[in-house]
Amino acid sequence: MDLSLSTETVGDRTVVRVGGEIDVYTAPKLREQLVELVNDGSYHLVVDMEGVDFLDSTGLGVLVGGLKRVRAHEGSLRLVCNQERILKIFRITGLTKVFPIHTSVEDAVQATD
Amino acid sequence: MATVELLFSALPEHVRTARLVAAAVARRAGVDEAVLDEVRLAVGEACSRAVGLHVSHGIGSPVRVVLTEDEKKFSIEVADDAPHAVVVEATAGARAGSVGAGSGAAVPAAEEGAEGEDDMGLAVISGLVDDVEVSADETGGHIRMSWPTTPAPALS
Repeated sequence: MDLSLSTETVGDRTVVRVGGEIDVYTAPKLREQLVELVNDGSYHLVVDMEGVDFLDSTGLGVLVGGLKRVRAHEGSLRLVCNQERILKIFRITGLTKVFPIHTSVEDAVQATD
Repeated sequence: MATVELLFSALPEHVRTARLVAAAVARRAGVDEAVLDEVRLAVGEACSRAVGLHVSHGIGSPVRVVLTEDEKKFSIEVADDAPHAVVVEATAGARAGSVGAGSGAAVPAAEEGAEGEDDMGLAVISGLVDDVEVSADETGGHIRMSWPTTPAPALS
């Protein structure tokens, strides 16, 4: 399965819905999307990973890169994920401490810390 | 002898194929369904790393994946042909509870010019797989991983 991406603006947040597999082949597309959003001035991103079937370290690298970019503009990057197999990858890499991970898009959009 | 051996051109688009093949062979070998996600992820990480090494060194040879089933375990070996300046060796048992332990103790980062993603791939592997061994010399590198199998019920 390939990667699917769509974006939606909710208030001052931009929600990026990701579907399919994020791996060494498809991750560059996600990177391009995040870079484009930041270049266009979207600094508060919510990446909805509920439709993601597979995520590897290349994908993690892209998300960390996205976080770095938005932080350069005092922005934020929040994740939405309830899938145990995806959450496990964030846990074993210690990235649960780096990304705010929410259970729903609504929750992520409203979060302000 | 290997149960299944796979050679693929060092291109990112073929890593998914390697994941699918490894998961299919692992399932048939009797690896627990709950562990198949780990097998898929670990072999994907190892293959992505090998592809990256071949690409960055301009190596035209294929990446090699050897899947071996025996009575009690299912093993995967991913081999690359990239020259490694420093020997990297890590043996298992090192189930890393966190990335700190995984990347720090079990898998020293010794790739020349290594990118963070490469280290992260190894950290993921060492965090996921109990039995893993990483070795490398001037002729190439190997990542060997294995998982226990449960005896399959007799099928007609």
